[in-house]
Parts: sequence; C-alpha cells; structure tokens
Amino acid sequence: MRAGVAIAVGVVLLALSPLALSSYQLGLLTKMLIFALFAMSLNLILGYAGLPSLGHAAYFGVGAYTVGLLAVKVRDNFWLDFGAGLVAAAVTSALFGLLALRARGAYLLMITLALAQVLWGIAFGWRWLTGGDDGLPGVPRPAAGLPWSFAGGPAFYYLVLIVFVVLTAAFWVLVRSPFGQALVGIRESERRMEVLGYDTWRYKYVAFVLAGVMAGVSGNLFVYYNGFVSPAYLSIVFSAMALIMVILGGAGTLLGPAVGGAVIVLLENVISTHTERWLTVLGVIYVVVTLFAPAGIMGFVRERWGGRTV
Amino acid sequence: MSALGVETLSHDFGGLRALNDVAFEVAEGERLVILGPNGAGKTTLFNVITGLLRPTAGRITVFGHDVTALAPHRRVRLGLGRTFQVTTLFPRLTVLDSVLLAVQGADRARFTLHRPRTAFPRLFARAEELLEAWSLAGQRDVPTRELSYGEQRQLELVLSLAPGPRVLLLDEPTAGLSPAETTAVADMIRRFPRDVTLLLIEHDMDVALDLAERVLVLHEGRIVAAGPRDDIKRDPRVAEIYLGVDEA
Repeated sequence: MRAGVAIAVGVVLLALSPLALSSYQLGLLTKMLIFALFAMSLNLILGYAGLPSLGHAAYFGVGAYTVGLLAVKVRDNFWLDFGAGLVAAAVTSALFGLLALRARGAYLLMITLALAQVLWGIAFGWRWLTGGDDGLPGVPRPAAGLPWSFAGGPAFYYLVLIVFVVLTAAFWVLVRSPFGQALVGIRESERRMEVLGYDTWRYKYVAFVLAGVMAGVSGNLFVYYNGFVSPAYLSIVFSAMALIMVILGGAGTLLGPAVGGAVIVLLENVISTHTERWLTVLGVIYVVVTLFAPAGIMGFVRERWGGRTV
Repeated sequence: MSALGVETLSHDFGGLRALNDVAFEVAEGERLVILGPNGAGKTTLFNVITGLLRPTAGRITVFGHDVTALAPHRRVRLGLGRTFQVTTLFPRLTVLDSVLLAVQGADRARFTLHRPRTAFPRLFARAEELLEAWSLAGQRDVPTRELSYGEQRQLELVLSLAPGPRVLLLDEPTAGLSPAETTAVADMIRRFPRDVTLLLIEHDMDVALDLAERVLVLHEGRIVAAGPRDDIKRDPRVAEIYLGVDEA
C-alpha cells in the first residue's frame, strides 16, 4: 500500500515536472526515463532470470539505427519507423538468443558481447549506409504520421513518460505472473525447475526476446531524443553501462534498475561538465557498489526500511 | 503394465562405464530401494531416468511410454518426479513461493505472462494444502536458505510431491541428517500416497530396509542382486559390497 502511494506520487510529480523544470532540465529528465527503460529491459534477464548479458546495447542500437535510417533515408513516419525498429530489435534478439542461450554465466557474457560487437563492427564499417564513425545525423522528432507533433521538449517528454509508465505497468504484471515467477525459479535453480516440469529454455528464450524488444523501445526513443545515431549505441560501453545501471539500482527489483538508470544519466551529465574522465568515474562507481551495496540502491533501501523482495 | 521400465541401459562417462546393461521393472505403487556403494552408478541411473543425462544405450519407459529421447520436463508431464542428493532448492525464495512454483509447474497457467499469479487462487489453495499436510505451514514465509537442513530436505520432498507425480525418485533423502531428522523424513516418506511408485537411493540401512518392498543392488554399474527385501538382507554378496570385502 505504502509503495502504491509512493508510485502514484512519483507519477504525478513526473507528469507535472514540465511546469517546474527548464527545458534543459526537462531534456535531461527525458533521457533519464529512456535509460531507465533500457536498464529495466536488461533487468528482466539479468535480475529475474539470472542471465547476464554484456551485449544488451545490440537491441538498443538496432532499434535506433532502424528508426534513424528509415526516418532519414526512406520515409519519416512514426508508426512505420517505430514499428520497424521494434521488429528489428525482436528479430535480432530472437536470433542472438538462439546462439547465446546455449551458454550460461561468464560464457553467456562473452557470447553476447561478441554478437553485439559484430553489429558494432557493421555499423562502424558500412559507411555509405550508416555514416560509419560519423554516425547518422538529422533524425527528426516524431511528428509525421501522428495526429499532433511530439517535436517540442514537453510534448516529447510526455510521449516518453507515457511509454515509460505503460511499460513499467506491463513489467510489473509480467514479473508477478506465473511466467515471471518461473524466471525467478530458473535464476535460483534451473535444475530444480526442469524436474518440476518447466521447459526452462523456452522461458529463458522468451524473456531474452522480450528484454530485447524493450531495449529496442528505449533505443527507438533515444534516436528521436538525440536526433542522431552512431556506432556508440551498439558499443560495449552502452552494454556495460546498462549492466552497471541494473546492479547499482538493484537487480531483480521492479524499479531499482530504473532508479539506477536515472542516477547514472544524471551523474554522467554532472560529472562530464567537470572532467573528461566519465568512464573512469563509472568504473569506480561500479567497484564501490559491488563492494559496499551488492544489492544496489533498492536493496539498501529495503535493508533500512523493510519491504518485500521479489 | 509397469510404472517404470529400464531396458539394457548403459551410460559412459568418457571411458568409464557408469551403467552397464542395467534392466529392471517397477510395478505401479511399488517401493524399490537401490543399494550400492559410492560410485556404483545410482545417481547416474536417476539422472538417466529423469533425462538429465542421455544414455549411451538402452530404453526407458514410463507407464509404457518410451521416454528415452524426451527432455526432462516432458518426462515430468508423464508423472516422473525426483529429489536430488545435494539439496536443490530455491535459496532466496520463501517456502510458500517455492511450493507455488512446484504447483504451478504442473498447472496449465505455468506459461501465463499477462496476469499476476494472484489471479490463480487454485495455485495458492493447493500450495497451502501441501504446507498444511506436511507441517510446513508455520514456515511458509521463511526464505528457504534460513531453514534448518532437515527442514530443507522435507521441503524438497514436498516440492517433489506437488506436481502429483506417479513415479518418484528420491536420491538419498536422509543424507547428512541427524537421527531425529532421519526419523522425521522416513515417516514422511512412509506417509506418501500409496499409489505413488517410489525408487529410493538410501545409505541408511535401517531406513532403506524399512521402506523397501524390493531391493536392487548396484555395483560398478551393474545390478548384482535384486529381490524382495528379506532375501537381499541375507544375500552374502550384499554384505561383501557393504563391508568392503575384496571380491577378487
């Protein structure tokens, strides 16, 4: 009940924030929500099913490139481009899942990393299509094909907020569903689940694809946000950042990774104005969190104030 | 028709023949104890029967269905259940959540992802019923890893019963337990539904011979003796194996 009230207050505050924030601050908040979704998507496989991935940027980047390329080179239509971005992310994760889910633990990390690096290499090398290292500029905000334009800061913010709230609600149902609980069981003991009659591979695969599609949503939104897509979106830096967001916020909790994602985006923004060495700071954050708060921010909050674990 | 049939079953680990031409049948409702020293192939036999390992040769049937090539979860659908020698539970889940997973595994809602589990009261009713029946209701909200070892072994038996198995393989259910806990677990097994066919690996001879109707003795991957409990008790080969007398 208390958590319900807190969430309602949070949603109201988020809905009202365009009234109080400067356009720069609102832009930052938009980015925080987009990366919150990215972190949540990785959390489905890492936190719930116990499947670590160091290639989660693949689906984020494939979504972003699909939207960017279609909007710039083919046709600027929100439904068409956004839908194609999701399909591309789904197909990529469905394919990668088939290859990667044969392995587990550190091997799964390495295979997902390798697969994502292949995509990074393609984006980097296929200059005439992707613009290579220079990236692909000039992606317009969503307007074409929609009843009204989401080009302005507040309008785009609300689009992102609605997507965030809807996906978070869906995520809430998913992790509490029999399917979501089975993922937790697989994380805790896959062998036990097998002899209880679960086709564990099928659960892991569906979770992997769902996580890929959700990462695709955040990548789609981010390319609209930035108006630009580059190989960095597919890079190990993005994948590792997602991993740190999940761990910092609290793997296996509903909102922890969203908080972790928001915190990392905020810190990056603040710290980058003072130093070039953001990645070094990120590394230090990672080490400090794993040493002193292995259950992340949410784990820390729960330890202090109680609350149920999922 | 036998509940479980094993025909000319062999399993190799590299050059080591862990199971060598093993064949036996278990009738429905029968309670069979498998004896044998460490390394005899008992757990390998269970792993092959439940599908965690593919046999090198041979055939396994459950109520007449050939399951030799089936994945583990498909065999569970045919009524096969098991426990593990090394406690295999969900450490961070509560007792209730663990039993819910076990109940859900046999329910058609197990793959539902668009409704919370609380939308299926039948799962909770069945889980609570099991907890009551096996005296774990008081621990329902305790995380599994905080249970005593004896309670963990009992929980594992409850999990194995939850899907309503017809053939249950118990791998050393009393291993590592105190005498009091051993008695509790043995009592529990005695109270299992009579129509559930039991295969039991057990090192505690008192427990084994008390629960068994028929005994199968495995040694170096082969069945060296099989028969009603009282015959096996008197079989000199069994004493030899267990007392470590050199056969050569």
